[in-house]
Amino acid sequence: MASPNKPGDDERVPFMQRLLDNPFLLLFLGVASPAVLYTIWGIMEIIQIPIAK
Amino acid sequence: MATVSEFRICPTTGLKVHSAAEKLIKANAVVAVVFLAIGGLFGLMVALTRWQAVHLLPADWFYLALTAHGFDVLLAWIIFFEIAVLYFASAILLNCRLAAPKVAWAAFWLMLIGALVANVAVLQGGSSVMFTSYVPMKAAPHFYLGLILFAVGALLGVAVFFGTLVIAKEEKTYEGSLPLVTFGAVTAAIIAVYTIASGAIILIPTFLWSIGLVSHIDTLMYKLVWWGMGHSSQQINVSAHVAVWYAIAALVLGAKPISEKVSRLAFLFYILFLQLASAHHLLAEPGLSAEWKVFNTSYAMYLAVLGSMIHGMTVPGSIEAAQRARGFNNGLFQWLRKAPWGNPAFSGMFLSLVMFGFIGGISGVVLGTEQINVMMHNTLYVPGHFHGTVVAGTTLAFMAITYLLVPLIFRREVMFPKLAKIQPYLFGLGVLGISVFMMGAGTLGVARRHWDMNFADAALTFDYPPAAFLMMALNGLSAVMAATGGLIFIVVVVGSVLFGKKVEGKIDLTGGAAVAKYGSAGTLKIPGTAVLVAVFFTCFVLYYFVNWKYLSELWPLR
Amino acid sequence: MAIQPPESRLWWKEPVAKVELIWVIVAFLWGLVMFFMMIYWHAAGKQNISSEAYRVDPASYQKKAEELAEKYKTGERAGIPIVKPPAGSDIYLIARLWQWWPIFELEKGKAYRLHISSLDWQHGFSLQPVNINLQVHPGYDFVQTITPKDKGEYTIVCNEYCGIGHHQMTGKIMVVD
Ligand code: HEM
Ligand SMILES: [Cu+2]
Ligand SMILES: [Cu+2]
Repeated sequence: MASPNKPGDDERVPFMQRLLDNPFLLLFLGVASPAVLYTIWGIMEIIQIPIAK
Repeated sequence: MATVSEFRICPTTGLKVHSAAEKLIKANAVVAVVFLAIGGLFGLMVALTRWQAVHLLPADWFYLALTAHGFDVLLAWIIFFEIAVLYFASAILLNCRLAAPKVAWAAFWLMLIGALVANVAVLQGGSSVMFTSYVPMKAAPHFYLGLILFAVGALLGVAVFFGTLVIAKEEKTYEGSLPLVTFGAVTAAIIAVYTIASGAIILIPTFLWSIGLVSHIDTLMYKLVWWGMGHSSQQINVSAHVAVWYAIAALVLGAKPISEKVSRLAFLFYILFLQLASAHHLLAEPGLSAEWKVFNTSYAMYLAVLGSMIHGMTVPGSIEAAQRARGFNNGLFQWLRKAPWGNPAFSGMFLSLVMFGFIGGISGVVLGTEQINVMMHNTLYVPGHFHGTVVAGTTLAFMAITYLLVPLIFRREVMFPKLAKIQPYLFGLGVLGISVFMMGAGTLGVARRHWDMNFADAALTFDYPPAAFLMMALNGLSAVMAATGGLIFIVVVVGSVLFGKKVEGKIDLTGGAAVAKYGSAGTLKIPGTAVLVAVFFTCFVLYYFVNWKYLSELWPLR
Repeated sequence: MAIQPPESRLWWKEPVAKVELIWVIVAFLWGLVMFFMMIYWHAAGKQNISSEAYRVDPASYQKKAEELAEKYKTGERAGIPIVKPPAGSDIYLIARLWQWWPIFELEKGKAYRLHISSLDWQHGFSLQPVNINLQVHPGYDFVQTITPKDKGEYTIVCNEYCGIGHHQMTGKIMVVD
C-alpha cells in the first residue's frame, strides 16, 4: 500500500518509474522493438538474397 | 458501472472479486485443463511410438498425433490458461470489474471454436503438417482457419485485459503502481500483441493460399514471420509463469519482492528484447546474415537472459527472506528445508523454477548460440530443451497455481490431498526425464518428428548408436511417469471442481504464521539463494563451454 | 507482497541490496561474454555457417545437379549415382520427396562448396554421425564450404518433417583419402 505521509511524498516520480507505470507506452516499445529489429530487418535480408547465375 | 452485488469480498485475501471475471477465469481454466488432458494423451502416444521397442502408432497416426500434441498443449492449453491468468492479474488483483465481459465471452468462444476446428482438421487426417505448418506443405483450409479464429479470440482477451487496466486506473481501485504480478501479466500481454499480429500477418495469406487465392508463399518469409508468433508465444509463457512464481510465493509464503525496481526492470528487458529470440529457429537457414542472427538470437546481447537470471534469483531470494523472517534462520538452507514441500502449489512452483533454470534455460541459451545450433537444429535436442521450458517451467507453474485457484476462485477444497501432494513430484520427475533423454538423443543426432530411427524402409540404411535407443526407451518410461502425474492433476482438479467440498470463510494458504516485516536493502540476508545462484552459474558456464569444445571438433564449415 | 501495489510510492528510489546488485552485474557480464564469444568464433573459429544463398528455380537447380552428376559419375548404389567431383569444386545436392541425390564421394581434408536445395518441400540436412544440421528450402540454393575431416561412410538423415516418407529419406556422403 502507498503510505500517504512519508517524507518526499510530493517528490516527482522518477522517469523510469513513470515509464514502467505506463502500460501503453510499454506496449508500443514492446511491439516496435521486435518489429524493427527482428521482422523488418529480417525481411530486408530475405528480399536482398541475389538470384542464382 | 458495475453494481456492488456483482462483487464478493474474498475472505482469505480481502480482495474484491468481480463475478463476471470469476466466471470467465473458471471457463478459460477448465477448457485449458481439458486440452491439457487431450494433448497430454497424444504426447504419451508419441513418446511410446518413439520408444523403438514399443513403437505404438503407425507412421501416419504418429505424424497426426504429433501435430495434435503440439497444437493442443502448446497453443490451446497454455493460451487458455494464460487468458485466465490475465483476467486474474487484472480484475481480481486490482479489485476491479473486468472490462467488457461480453467481449471476453466472445473471445472465449472464438478460441474454443477455433481450437475445435483445428482439431477436427487434424483428426480428419489431411492436416498432419505439424503445428508449424511450414509451406509449401499444405493443410486443409479449415486448419488455418481454426488457428486464425483462435488467434483473434486470444487478441480480444488481451484487449479485455488492457481495458481492465484502464478502468482500474480511472476508478482508482488500487493505489500507486501495479502489483508486480500484474506487471508480469502486462509483460505477457504486450508480447502477446506482437505474437498475434505476427500470426495474423502470416496465417491469413497462408489460408488464402490454401484455398487458391494466393499463388505462392515464400518459404523463408513464412518461417521468419511464423516464428515471430511461434517463439514469441513461448515468451508469453515465460512472462506469465514468472508472474505466477511471484504470485505463489506471495500467496503461500507472504513473500514480497526483494526489490520492486530490479524485478520490474527484468520484466522491461523481456518487453524490449525477449521476442527477438524468434531468431533461434532461423539459425540454420539460408540467406540471413550472421549479424542478424547474432544480434537477434542473443536477445540484443543477452539482455533478456539477464532478465531471467534476475528473476531466477529474486524469486527464491524473496522466499528465503520470508522464511527467515518467520524464524527459519539456521544455517544456509533451513529456510528451504522448512518450506511447505507438502503443499503442491509450493512444490510445483519451486520445481518449475529450478527446472526452468537448470534445464530449459541453460539448454536454450546453448541451443540458441549461433554456431552451436548447427549441432542441434531439428534434432531431438530441440524438443528436449522446450519440454524443460514449456512443460517443466510453464505447465508445472500453471498446475501449481491451479491448486490455489481451486479454493480461491472455484471455492472448492482440493480433493485427494495425498495424491495432490505427490503430483508435482511425479510430473516434475517425468518431465525432467523427457527433457534430459530427448536432449541426450539429440546430442547423438536423432532427428525430431521422426517415426522410425531404424530406417527400416529406407533405401539407404543407417544405425544410430545403441545409446540413442536407450535414451528413447528411458524417454518412453519418463513419459509414462509424466503422463501419470498429468492424469493425477486432471483427476484432482476436475474432481475438486465438480465434487469438492464447498469452501466457506477464510482459508489458510500460508500454513499459519503471518510473516513479520522484513527486508530493507541494508538488512536483506539471502546467503542460501546466493549459493544456489552460484551453483547455477557454474553449471551454466561449464555446459556452455563444453559445447564450444564439441563444436571445435566438428567438420570445418564456412 | 507481489500481489499488492509496491509499498513505497517512489519504489524506483529504494536502494538495491548488495547480493542482488552483484548478481545483476555478474549476469550482465556473462551475457557480454556469450555475445562476444559468437563474434570471436566468426574471427577465429572454423565452424561458422555461411549465409551465402541464392534464389533459384527448382528446375534449373535440378539441371545443374544432373549435369554435374553425369560428368563425374563413378558408380551407383540403390539406384542413386555415386559422384566424385574434383576437390575444391561446387557440388550440388538435391533434396526431394524422399531422397537425397546424388551420393557424393569426397576427399578427406579437401574443401568443397556444397550447394543444397529442395525441389519440393522443406527438408532437413542432418549429416550423421557428424551431426551437422542445416535447413533446406525449395527455391533457395544454400552454399556451405565444407571440409570432411575423417574418412568413412556418412548418412544424410532428413530431420525436417516432409510428409509420410520423411523417415525413409536418407542419403550418403562417402569420404575417402
Ligand atoms: C505427458 C506429457 C508429455 C509427453 C510425454 C510429451 C512428449 C513429447 C514427445 C515424445 C514429443 C515428440 C518429439 C518428436 O518426435 O519430435 C513431443 C513434442 C512436443 N511437445 Fe510434448 N510431451 C508432453 C507434454 C507437453 C506439454 C505440456 C507441452 C506444451 C505445453 C508439450 C509441447 C510439445 C511440443 C510443442 C512438441 C513439438 C511438436 C512438433 O514437433 O511439432 N508437450 N512431446
Ligand atoms: Cu525430407
Ligand atoms: Cu523429412
